[in-house]
Amino acid sequence: MTINEIQDEIIEEFELFDDWEGKYEYIIDLGKKLPKLSDEFKTDDNIIKGCQSIVWLHAYKQDGRIHFEADSEAIIVKGLVSMLVKVMTNHTPEEIANADLYFIDKIGLASHLAQTRSNGLASMVKQMKAYGIAYQANV
Amino acid sequence: MSILDINKIRKDFPILDEKINGRDLVYFDNAATSQKPLVVLEALSNYYGHYNANIHRGIHFLAEKATSAFEDSRTTIQKFLNAAHKEEIIFTYGTTDGINLVAQTYGRKFLKEGDEIIISTLEHHSNIVPWQMLCEEKGCVLRVIPIDDKGDLILEEYVKMLSEKTKFVSVVHVSNALGTINDIKFIIDNAHAVGAKVLIDGAQASSHITIDVQALDADFYAFSAHKLFGPTGMGVLYGKSDILNAMPPYRGGGEMIKEVTFEKTSYNELPYKFEAGTPNIADVVAVKFAIDYINDLGKENIAAYEDELLKYATEQLSEIGGLRIVGQAKEKVSVVSFVLDGVHPQDVGVILDQQGIAVRTGHHCTQPLMSRLGLPGTSRASFAVYNTTTEIDKLVAGIHKVKKMVL
Repeated sequence: MTINEIQDEIIEEFELFDDWEGKYEYIIDLGKKLPKLSDEFKTDDNIIKGCQSIVWLHAYKQDGRIHFEADSEAIIVKGLVSMLVKVMTNHTPEEIANADLYFIDKIGLASHLAQTRSNGLASMVKQMKAYGIAYQANV
Repeated sequence: MSILDINKIRKDFPILDEKINGRDLVYFDNAATSQKPLVVLEALSNYYGHYNANIHRGIHFLAEKATSAFEDSRTTIQKFLNAAHKEEIIFTYGTTDGINLVAQTYGRKFLKEGDEIIISTLEHHSNIVPWQMLCEEKGCVLRVIPIDDKGDLILEEYVKMLSEKTKFVSVVHVSNALGTINDIKFIIDNAHAVGAKVLIDGAQASSHITIDVQALDADFYAFSAHKLFGPTGMGVLYGKSDILNAMPPYRGGGEMIKEVTFEKTSYNELPYKFEAGTPNIADVVAVKFAIDYINDLGKENIAAYEDELLKYATEQLSEIGGLRIVGQAKEKVSVVSFVLDGVHPQDVGVILDQQGIAVRTGHHCTQPLMSRLGLPGTSRASFAVYNTTTEIDKLVAGIHKVKKMVL
């Protein structure tokens, strides 16, 4: 699936929720289901530091595609991180660098991206794209 | 019960009618900033609508009216702090600005290599970093009063730290993160005994505690208007006049000069020496209305009611399983910091926000304190006179919902 197809799928899933509780319970559940990032990748270099919760992002390239693994201390951020990983992982560096991530806005969670000081989410998107650009250059 | 009519007070604060995520706003982030009563909003609008003018040198009607309102605020603040002289009240942009002013003027002129500056573990970053910058520049040594596990300063350790090397002590009156009220009279007296000067960071204290800078014998006292129902971007630095007179000016510009030639400038007298440029006239004018509002309610009445809220919140929150209150000092203002087992503070904040409840989560700009407590952060509910026990019940229900959703 393309990045946009995955985003559209997430948007569709979120259309099922008519209240905030259902939406956040689902995000929390995604956070709980996201496999724990192995301690060897929880390095200072992989930290995307927000003001309130730490996000770790580990990236590697395999068969021309970038793969992401991530984790966070806070469960809601972890759920959001899980969605970002789902959308962005296993794509080419070009696709990642040029991705237009509209799903966060569409599912009504844009405020989580705007609060750049509260969490590392906006920085995480930036960092994922930076990996896309870096791996493009370093073929 | 309180002698204050809280429902009537709530009507003075229009923001309390806001709906957040479809719910009535429950505003428990008062330690970050307080809401503003109508009298303050009207004072701002009246100033701009009816007598906006630049102050002090204009000879026209509006300039005189604006100048007189501006200086009335200074007199109101002088009384609020019981300062001996009006010119000891310096208008700043806020507490942080006042602390930086002292560090950059008094500190740079009078402190030298090897001198010791004492702060405490409870300090906000704004009362740490300016002193670190000074230490780096001058080679002074920063020493830190430790706390016990309840969040009280260990004053025996402080007394042991004091020596003829101690030249400056800068301590918070009330901890923003834990609510601890420090025994600043003891801190000041002991510092003076070794000849050190003392600055008190009053950011959190000014809205809760009656301050008498003469009785305290404080050399400097700094606070911000926005924490006491006044506007943002306006603060006060009190300093004893003999010390302020001995200090060099901070920023150069208009207003702070007596005479300027290209060869040499002579500086204006207190307080104007420290008020370069066109000041924040509207907000200074409006702060008088905030202080009058507090005085009308009576600071003791406010404090008594806030104590009731603190007591109620402490009891109710303590009954929630897995919740631990952080900061159980002997004397506290109406701040309750807490951690919830297995839940990151940020998740507490996000889920409470969905329910219209505003609390603060994180390290509260006190990273060294959090590190001493072994916590990444806390969730903090801080109360003001317009809050109610019904709102505290909503917080308790909200926290139960956090637990249900996250755990």
